[in-house]
Parts: sequence; structure tokens; C-alpha cells
Amino acid sequence: MNRFQDFYLPPAKSTVAADTDALFNFVHITSLIFLIGIVAAIFYFVYKYKRRSEHDVTPVITHNNALEITWSVIPFILVMIVFGWGFRGYLNLRTAPTDAYEVRAIGKKWLWEFRYANGFVSVGELHVPEDRPIKLIMNSTDVIHSFYVPDYRIKRDVLPGRYSSVWFEATEPGESTVFCTEYCGTAHSNMMAKVVVHTKEDFETWMATAALADAGLPPVELGQQLVQRNACQTCHSIDGSALQGPTFKGIFGRQQKMEDGTVVTVDENYIRQSILQPQSQIVEGYLPVMPPYQGTLNDDQISAIIEYLKTID
Amino acid sequence: MATTSSFTTGKISAETIGGNGVSLGEKEVKKLKIKRFEPVEEPQIHYLNAEKGLWSWLSTVDHKRIGLMYLAAIAVFFLIGGTLAVLLRTELLTPAKTFMDADTYNQIFTLHGAIMIFFFLVPSVPAVLGNFILPIQLGAKDVAFPRLNLASFYIYLIGAIFAFVSITTGGIDTGWTFYTPYSSSTGGNVMMMTLGVFILGFSSILTGVNFIVTIHKLRAPGLTWNKLPLNLWGLYATSIIQILATPVLAITLLLLTMERALGIGIFDPALGGDPVLFQHFFWFYSHPAVYIMIVPGFGIISEVISTFSRKTIFGYWAIALSSLAIAFIGFLVWGHHMFTAGQSSLATMVFSFLTFLVGIPTGIKIFNWLATMYKGSIQLSTPMLYALIFLFQFTIGGFTGVMLGALSVDIHLHDTYYVVAHFHYVMMGGMVMAFLAGLHYWWPKMFGTMYSEFWAKVSATLVFVGFNVTFFPQFIMGAQGMPRRYYNYIDQFQPFHVTSTIGSYIMAVGFTIMAIYLLHALIKGRKASANPWGSRALEWQIPSPAPAHNFDHTPVVLNGPYDYHRPMSEFQMGVADKKH
Ligand code: HEC
Ligand SMILES: [Cu+2]
Repeated sequence: MNRFQDFYLPPAKSTVAADTDALFNFVHITSLIFLIGIVAAIFYFVYKYKRRSEHDVTPVITHNNALEITWSVIPFILVMIVFGWGFRGYLNLRTAPTDAYEVRAIGKKWLWEFRYANGFVSVGELHVPEDRPIKLIMNSTDVIHSFYVPDYRIKRDVLPGRYSSVWFEATEPGESTVFCTEYCGTAHSNMMAKVVVHTKEDFETWMATAALADAGLPPVELGQQLVQRNACQTCHSIDGSALQGPTFKGIFGRQQKMEDGTVVTVDENYIRQSILQPQSQIVEGYLPVMPPYQGTLNDDQISAIIEYLKTID
Repeated sequence: MATTSSFTTGKISAETIGGNGVSLGEKEVKKLKIKRFEPVEEPQIHYLNAEKGLWSWLSTVDHKRIGLMYLAAIAVFFLIGGTLAVLLRTELLTPAKTFMDADTYNQIFTLHGAIMIFFFLVPSVPAVLGNFILPIQLGAKDVAFPRLNLASFYIYLIGAIFAFVSITTGGIDTGWTFYTPYSSSTGGNVMMMTLGVFILGFSSILTGVNFIVTIHKLRAPGLTWNKLPLNLWGLYATSIIQILATPVLAITLLLLTMERALGIGIFDPALGGDPVLFQHFFWFYSHPAVYIMIVPGFGIISEVISTFSRKTIFGYWAIALSSLAIAFIGFLVWGHHMFTAGQSSLATMVFSFLTFLVGIPTGIKIFNWLATMYKGSIQLSTPMLYALIFLFQFTIGGFTGVMLGALSVDIHLHDTYYVVAHFHYVMMGGMVMAFLAGLHYWWPKMFGTMYSEFWAKVSATLVFVGFNVTFFPQFIMGAQGMPRRYYNYIDQFQPFHVTSTIGSYIMAVGFTIMAIYLLHALIKGRKASANPWGSRALEWQIPSPAPAHNFDHTPVVLNGPYDYHRPMSEFQMGVADKKH
């Protein structure tokens, strides 16, 4: 059974997954039994009652109350079981335990950003401890996204201008993929992240070091780390090739032509503006798709990124 | 009223049929001389050649010709939509870019969906087969409002022109669902497309109105409600949905246009609107629209299974009323598209409950069709083959629908390939198969020719195999977590995607063969007889192809369309005196 299940369901790594899977299997198996019955009946009838001659006489059978009631009532009972079971599971998915550890999640085209109680922000990675309910308070800064972790059997739409929430409790350390499942444009299918589940102790250490890790780094190194952590490279290359955005190679001091025709020289202020409010000036030949990092990156971090960008040529 | 109801008493006895005066009913007696009219074989003059020239087609008010013009139009859209699908599948052969970029892919899947739903599926059965067959099955000369019927065809064309303009001036990449705020903020020509769909809606509404009035008012003498072919019950239920639901779509799209054009905040939170409201509005139409697409298919399947089993339909009223039940409950389940979007748990529960409720009448139909085959005299001609393929695939579509109605499981499966596979099993595996069953069934009546049975079966087999190879793997990868509308995907899903793509090629071959043998039948198919399937239904008691005004004499209906225990001669009755 389990081997078989691995073929069509992802590994079950949350506390709610087992119940969802059990219902999934119940519906599958019941359906399969019915389907086999129906197909067998089709084949049997086609074979057994094959037309022998044009003058075949068929009996007049217009209805059969007992039969009809049976085949209405049995499916009805079955679907009511599925209904009740599914609803119970759903309520469980909707009601987070009160002691859940809260993390803010922000979806924007096309990345996931996570903010922790201690002020640390990670992009594209959600770090959580195992065996502890986690509640994500989510919103979007642009269009609708949807937060989906197949391994946990959870999903919730992430809306602009409104908070939504989802909770889960991971049962084992490891990594699971997060997908965006509400279509959100060009790089919708790249809007992925991963959940990194630590053991309880590891999580404490991670929390403590993550917040401090940046403190001692020299600006250029910090900048490089931030560029990685914030997924800038999904759109900006450092080798000169054009992705969704202009390359970082030789960016500093470059003459850049804007959509409105003006030419600017890339300096500290321009970069800062580009990062915080990318839509205010659009580089010619590119689409206004860069997410604004206002609120994600602070001044020190932006300065570090600028220092790093200066070094790429 | 008195005259028609006097027929409902069923007082016409076999002895009086011979051509004497018949007294009907106790209350009011109207003398009608009826006699037997056997259909002429291979008529020289029929609706196809009664008038000649392009103009006679473009300005025709003949429901049959309008049906054929719709057929030509939706065939073009099916070709376009299908080609787009093959392109999409080809792109998905590899996890990253295969041959088109992400924006192109997004536009193409949007167009594939919008074209297939709004321009192909919604009009397919009602506007093509319904238009052609509904008045004939009623024993009428035409629909109640023939000119309105022609108008609805041109409205459809105008809607199509808008869609083409949209495609050529920027295209759209919103998905066929037009979800806000994405659709109110993205580039491209969303406005043209929504206007196109808006206009199209009127065509659908007018067809619905026309059908309802026709069914109520133009039934032949003796054709009481309990003798109405199930196909007409299906179309009747569909028409009700078309009239009630389509205006909501129209309003929604209009509001969307206002938001885009005038910046009035309705759905876009940046303007103070509510994006989830759009989803409610949209699904309030689009869920019933699923039934607009599938319920007429039920009608066709009932006709085909009864005809090719030569047997009375089992559970006539169960099938007829369950179509109406589905039509009504179908209005109350839209929220099951939004279980992850943020509705209250109470609403979620109610929507889930009603979703299961609507599954029951659907299941009942399947059992009724099976019971109809029991002890029948089954002939496996192409239409029947398609009906059986329908039974198999639609059942899978239905069961996976139950899966998606189960709340906790839906949270996992929503917006994955499981959903994609589910609705393809319902729409393509169900509805399109029913449409093909109907097309092959009524083809002789439409064109007076037969297609090659051999090639038709080859093609049906390829379509069947191709379809399942394409969509079955999608259930598996969906359950594993592959999200829909993904241009890139993670490597683990590649084997499924490759299989699926191969399936789509097999299907493409199947459809190509179909196009060839149908065109061949059209041009030089062998002549079909008036009633090649030995059916008892009214439309088979007139020549093939149908005469310009359907009946050369007012038909009189004595028996139900599935009364195979009665001799054929009782089904060819008409009013004897020549005034018509
Ligand atoms: C989703 C893709 C995407 C991501 C992620 C992204 N950008 Fe951009 N970026 C763009 C695009 C497209 C442009 C060009 C259009 C514009 O000016 O907004 C751009 C422009 C820029 C510019 C101006 C470049 C020039 O040549 O004028 C800078 C600087 C920049 N981005 C920095 C960043 C940094 C730093 C990050 C990460 C913190 C980042 N971007 C993340 C897409 C992205
Ligand atoms: Cu998204």
C-alpha cells in the first residue's frame, strides 16, 4: 500500500497529511470498485446483447423502483461519508493551535518572503522547527498568489490588501518545496521556495546566528549574500547575459536608457531607487516586473548591495 | 390548449389509425384524419439544395442551415484551440524552455482555454446539434423565432471578431478565468477579449430563449411532455441555465472592463476593490456553464444508447428530471472553486455539501444508461462507440469530481494538474465525446451521406487512447503536487509530462483522420437512407437530408421516441389533409 501510495502522492511530512491521504485513498478505492463494475457491465452487455438480427425484439423495461432507490441511496450514503470526513479534515486545517509559532509570509511577483519575530527576513526559504505548529500570516503586495506545500497537503491563497493564514506542523527535519499555485504572470512557475525544517535545537541556533550573521561581514560580502538570499539572480545575471532584468555585470557607472527616453548614469541613488521602487523608472527594453524591496531591505543592506554591485565587472 | 391536451389522453387506438376520423379525448373532440407517410428515400430536393448560392446561406433563417454554419465556425475554433493545445504540450516536453518563452506560453494557455470554452464547448451542442435537431424532434418547421436564431449566429461571429482583434493586438495572458487583480493590471488586450466574450453571451442567451419558447409552443400534435425526446429535456435544462447564468458573466466582464478602462475600483484592492468578489461573480456563471456544456451531452447519450440498443430508455423521468435538478442545484455550487480563496467555513461546508448533492443525479444517469443496454439489441456503430467512451471517461471525470468536492483533499489538489485532468475528463472526455456521438448519429440526417465506418472506428480508437494517455498521467502528477499553468516544472514530473505530450499527438492523429473521412463523406459519401439506425424518433421519419421545411405534412406523434416494442409503421403518422 505504502509503496503504491508513494507513486501518486508526495511524502507525507505534516501532522494533517495522514488524514487527507486516508480520505484520498478511500475515495479512490471506492471509485475504482464502481468504475470496474461499470466497465465490466459495459463489456458484458455489449458482448451478451450483441445485435443478432434487425428484427431483434427487446423487452420493455421502463423503470424498477427497488433498483433505482438502491443506486440512489448507496451513492448518497457514500458521498455523505466523504463529505463529513472532508469537512472534519478541513476544519482541522483551518484552525491553528493557539500556541502556534507565527511567521509573516509575503508573496510578490515572483518570490516568497518570510519575516520572523526577531526581525530577520529570508527570501525563498522558510525556516521552521519540527514538531511545532507554525502559523503563517500571509499577504501579497501585488496580485493573488497561493501558498502550496504538497508534502504538507496545505494550500491557501495569498491576497493583496488582506491577510490570510495557513498552519502546519512538520513531522521530520528536511526540506520541502513551496509552489505558487495561483497564476500570477510571467515567472509564476518560478515562484517557488523551500521550507527548511530543523530539529528544535538546530532551529534555536539557526535563529540566533541568522540574525547576527550579517553583523560582522564586510559590506561587499554582505551584499553578495543579500543578493543571493533575495533571489535577485533569478532576474539579474552577473555574467553579462540578459535575463528578465538587465545584467549586473558592469552595472555601476553604466549609461542606462529609460523607457521614457531619458538617459541616466547608474549611481548609488539610482540603484537605491531601483531596489526600493523599481516601477518608478523602467529600463528600456524591460518589463516592469521587478518586485519592490521597500520594507524588505533596510538602508545598511542596500548600501552593502551597492558596494557589491560596484565590484561586478 | 384543448386540442393538444386532447392528445395527451392517449385515446388514439391502433384501429383508428388507418385513415378514418379519429376522435380524441372525452371532453373536446377534434376530428383529425391521420395516415401513414413513409419517408422518401434519396430526395432530389432537400434543405441543402432548395436554395442556392452563398447569399442563400448567409441570409438563411432555416434552423438546419444555421446549425451547419455554427458547425463550420466551431470546427474552426476547435482546430485553433486544439493546435494551441498541441503547442502547449510540446513546450512541456522539457522542464525548462523547449521552444517558446514564458509569456508566449501564458498567452497560449489562456487562448486555448478561452477558445475551447467560450467559442467551442458552450455553443457546440446547443447551437450546432440543438439548432439542427430540436425543431425536427418537435415536429416543427423551425424554431419559434427563426430570425432571432440567425441574429444569434451573427452575434457569435461578432464576438469572435473581437476575440481575434484581441489576439492580434497584444493577446491576453490572464487565464480563461480572468482573475483580478491580475487581469486588471496585466498588459495585452484584455478588454477586447472580455468584450468578445460579453457579446458572445448574448448569442447564448438568445439561443436559450428561442429553444424554451419552441419547446413550449411548437410541439407536434400528440407530442406531450412525457414523449419529449430526452435530448430535448437536456436542451431545455441547458437553455434555462443559459438564460439565468449568462447575464451574470456579462455584468462581471462589464465591471472588469470599467475597472480597466475607467479605474473604478471594484475588484482591484489597489483601487479599493475586492478580488475575491470577482471570483464569486465569475464562478456564479462559470460553474453553471459547466452544465451548459455537459447537460446537452446527457441528452445525446440518451438518444444514442437507446437507439443502438433498440430498447426503451430505462428511467425516462429519472433522466429528464435529473437534468433539471442538475441545472438548478448547479447554480448553488460555485463556491467549490474557491475553497482555498478565503470563504467562511460555513459557506465552504454548504458548497461542499451541495457539490456532493449534484453528483447524485449524475450518477443516476449513468446507471440508467447501463440499464438501458441490459437485454438490448446492441449495435456497436460509431455513435454508440462514442457513447460508451463517454460513459467510461465521464465516470472517471465524475469520481474525480467527488474527490475534489471532499474539502480536505481539495485543499491539496486545488489548482494542480489533478484539476486539469478532472475537467478535461468531464469536458473533453465527456462533452466532446457526446458531441462526436451526436455528430456521427445525426450526420446522415444533416448531409444525407454516410461516413466510412471503418475509418470512424479507427479514429475513435485513436482519440480514446490518445485522450487517456494524455490526461491520465496528469491525475498522478497533480496528486503529487504539480501545479497547473506552469511553464517550468521540477524535473521529477518530466516522465508524466512526456507521456501526456505523446498522448496529445495520438489524439491529434485521430482528429486528423476524422476531419479527412468526414470531408470525404461530405463530398462523395455514399447516400444514406432515411432511417439508417432503425430509430423510432421523429427526426428519422423524414428523408435524409431533411426537406427544407422538415415535414411535408404535419406529423402526429402516437408513441414515445423510445417505444421500440411498437411497429415502425406507427411512427410515420401525419395529418392526412394537405393543409399545412
Ligand atoms: C522578478 C525579476 C527581478 C528580481 C527578482 C529582481 N529584479 Fe531588479 N530588475 C528587474 C527588471 C525587469 C529590471 C529592469 C526594469 C526596471 O527598471 O524596473 C530591473 C532593474 C534593476 C536595477 C536597475 C538596473 C539598470 O541596469 O538600470 C537594479 C539596480 C536592480 N534591478 C536590482 C535588483 C536587486 C538588488 C534585486 C534583489 C534584491 C533585484 N533587482 C531583483 C527584475 C528583477
Ligand atoms: Cu504567484
